[in-house]
Amino acid sequence: MTFNSQGVSRRSLLSMIGAVAGAGAMYGAMSTMGLAQTSNFAGRLDLQGDAQGTRVLVLGAGLAGMTAAYELRAAGYQVTVLEYREKAGGRCWTLRGGDSYTELGGDTQDVTFAEGNYLNPGPWRIPSDHYAVLDYCKRFGVKLEPFIQVNYNAYLHNSDAFDGQPQRFKEISTDFRGHVAELLAKVVDQQALDADVTEGDAQLLMDALKRYGALNDDMAYVTGEESSAYRGWAVPEGGGTTGKPEPSEVHPLSVILQSNLWRNLTAGDNLHMQSTIFQPVGGMDQIAQAFEREVGDLITFDAKVTRIRHEGDSVTATWVPSGGGDEQTETADYCICTIPFSILGQIDHDFSGRMSGIIDSMYYASSFKCGLEFKRRFWEQDEHIYGGISYTNLPISLISYPSTDYFSDGPGVLLAAYSWGAGSYQFNALPPADRIEAVLDYGSQIHPQYRDEFLSGVSVGWHKVPWVLGCYGIWADREADYMDATVMDGRTLMAGEHISYLPAWMEGAILSALDAVERLHATVTEA
Amino acid sequence: MNRIFMLTAAFAALTLPAAAQEAGEVVMIDRGGWFEDPSRLTQSGGQQVYEAICAACHMPDGEGAVGAGDYPALADNENLMTADYPIYLILQGQKAMPPLGGVLDDTQVADVVNYIRTSFGNDYAEDPATPDSVAAAR
Repeated sequence: MTFNSQGVSRRSLLSMIGAVAGAGAMYGAMSTMGLAQTSNFAGRLDLQGDAQGTRVLVLGAGLAGMTAAYELRAAGYQVTVLEYREKAGGRCWTLRGGDSYTELGGDTQDVTFAEGNYLNPGPWRIPSDHYAVLDYCKRFGVKLEPFIQVNYNAYLHNSDAFDGQPQRFKEISTDFRGHVAELLAKVVDQQALDADVTEGDAQLLMDALKRYGALNDDMAYVTGEESSAYRGWAVPEGGGTTGKPEPSEVHPLSVILQSNLWRNLTAGDNLHMQSTIFQPVGGMDQIAQAFEREVGDLITFDAKVTRIRHEGDSVTATWVPSGGGDEQTETADYCICTIPFSILGQIDHDFSGRMSGIIDSMYYASSFKCGLEFKRRFWEQDEHIYGGISYTNLPISLISYPSTDYFSDGPGVLLAAYSWGAGSYQFNALPPADRIEAVLDYGSQIHPQYRDEFLSGVSVGWHKVPWVLGCYGIWADREADYMDATVMDGRTLMAGEHISYLPAWMEGAILSALDAVERLHATVTEA
Repeated sequence: MNRIFMLTAAFAALTLPAAAQEAGEVVMIDRGGWFEDPSRLTQSGGQQVYEAICAACHMPDGEGAVGAGDYPALADNENLMTADYPIYLILQGQKAMPPLGGVLDDTQVADVVNYIRTSFGNDYAEDPATPDSVAAAR
């Protein structure tokens, strides 16, 4: 049978599959046909109807603002963009050698990384289900490469477990799975699950557990060939006279549980971390630069918006040059405002009381990242770690190894800290040099090579970033406020990662902008 | 930054061999008592709490900062006349100020409120915040 051989519509075919084979089969068929998607990206906009030269003012040249500008101009609108910074991209940002970054308070960090090395202070991964970002990358020719999220040879570390020695992910992962599988197998064997598992399924479950948990023929998770084939050997498999391997000792269940290392086993199982995920070659700001190539001519840079006013059928933004200078104004028929609410709440505006209340109640998460450059890639050369992430209970939270340029002799940059919450607040409060010291102290507990190999570092505490005052927007009451924040207020629609259910993700910023553009266009063409 | 430590370190620097000074030795903040709990701050004392969290945005001397938006100066700030206002802002947050009641306990909030009300040119020692008044405001 081929699709539509008898003129069957996709919808009726799906009902047939659903009726015969159940929801699971229907979902499988839907996925095959491209209907069941995890992002609500509905494909490229195709805005029909006359824009009638309508003027739109876009505030902010991050990904949301530039998406709006790009799509609106394509549909025939007259678009102007005001941006506070000297360049486009917003939080889609990369720091590399030659860059200089001045945070609030005036501390300046000059980045001295070698050619090709960089830190992405903001977004650093593109999930494979973030269709809008991926589509714009394809459209604008941004070259992507795999980002290694899970590396079984990276570490799990807890300063209170295994005498503070980092453990290989594969060992903890295999031991946890093995013990859990063995326990469940015992329960099945005791017929304790009869109410939940039929007799026929029980045998299948035993087969599955043996395979899943690397159990031996006695359904036990023990030191031996089965477990070592997953967790690694004490003496590795080889060739010639010394080729015979020796199994490694499994850790008892109690040791695994009390180590707390199981807490990070599932990080890569999260929907947005599942392999394969991507990064742009050369840094995340390649996406920002690609957008800027498309719409840069529409952007006024170094423009600090100080006032937003709605009068009759128009909206006017007053701005001053970021470095000081005379006030100027920009008037349009509509506005798409992507200014973070942390900033917008401090701008003199005339949004409704309802909107103002939502703007003022959204606060921005604390986050901290630090990149350290080392003389050589000791994680590869000494420890055979190629990309991926080690997790720790230390305030640095994780160490991410570069997913590119493996085996190069030159210096390499690690994402040496990525913190949230209480730890991040404290990193934000430290001066830059003290942050680097702290990160070196903590990282040395996992990689003792740190001090000897260290070259330089740069760090970003997001509450000290002058143009956003935080990392991403957190709703005081999303259930109650979200839809009201999407409503056109006067002549203005809000967009940005904060107006999405994918907060902090570039996909959320772009999807919110596409939605705003579609609704603005409907308003204009249906008027 | 712990001021006693700073002074001590500054004095020590004076007595260091000239070579060490010329090498540009940077005095680091004493991080003892920092980062001890992943879910909350563990410093005690108003100044210590201020330096470990508030100073990031309001700056070490309470002068605030200006970017695309502002972090208000706490120095010479009449809004600190009563303790209730800073207590409310610290617990609930407002605009760019995140709510911090989850990472600070009642005593830490009271201590830091009393610290900022009597520092940076502020002289509001009357009716100080107490852990009880903070608890009541939660």
